[in-house]
Amino acid sequence: MVPLSYYLVLSGFLFACGVTGFLIKRNIITIFMSIELMLNGVNLSFVAFAAHWHAVKGELAGLVPLSGQVFVFFVMVVAAAEAAVGLAIIIAVYRTRETLNVDQVNLLKL
Amino acid sequence: MLSVHLILFLAFGAVAVAGAVNLLAQTHPINSALSLIAVMAALAGEYLLLGAEFVAAVQVIVYAGAIMVLFVFTIMLLNAGVEERTEGSRVAVLFGIPGMLLGSLLIAWVVLRHSGTEAVAAGALPGSPKTIGRLLFHEFLLPFEITSILILIAIMGAVVLASKPPASSTDAPARRVN
Repeated sequence: MVPLSYYLVLSGFLFACGVTGFLIKRNIITIFMSIELMLNGVNLSFVAFAAHWHAVKGELAGLVPLSGQVFVFFVMVVAAAEAAVGLAIIIAVYRTRETLNVDQVNLLKL
Repeated sequence: MLSVHLILFLAFGAVAVAGAVNLLAQTHPINSALSLIAVMAALAGEYLLLGAEFVAAVQVIVYAGAIMVLFVFTIMLLNAGVEERTEGSRVAVLFGIPGMLLGSLLIAWVVLRHSGTEAVAAGALPGSPKTIGRLLFHEFLLPFEITSILILIAIMGAVVLASKPPASSTDAPARRVN
């Protein structure tokens, strides 16, 4: 029996690592991977809350059971769409500027 | 007293934490990508502990498989090397690391302080494909259909953005920034 709070602490740590990577990393691809790490942290709390709701069933009337797990799929869909479009943008940026360092990508128009 | 469930949670959690920290520590993008794959695999184990078997399978297949392959493919396509450090990034490290520790401690304190006594039991969650599929096609049918439009737009956007610009537009040659 693992308390719900343990899962939430792990989820929060992963999210904090993602935010830190988003802020301190300078490679645009690594920044993108930090966003994926944040989404994974959020997914963990979705699944943990779904399991928690299942354990305390009856107290929270009006909620669809296991909807937390379905939200994880929607988050995955958004992450996949974001990865496809974002990596295409990265390729377009690299084609015009020939750099992946975000410090040198500071103009919208060349 | 450590139960088997808690030991497994700690083992998978340690792998996830180590992978996340390694993602921050590495300077080459390919090493960060491999760390992220380790985090995702460990999270799949955590989902299994929570009884979400279908989510765990999809996590491995879609996230660690498809999405990370896309990342690794892009890294190799663009020949990304070791990232360069600048003055701005040193300042970000100076404030970012204490900020991350403070944020993590704050979240841990709030969650541990205000948590109830309810626990997540092992195997308490029948997250089978049948249950999830019934949910997706009954209660969440409209969001499910809307995500298909999102995917369609994402596909078209990726094709348009990643395709080469037409060679005829030579009247305004693209300037290169060094």
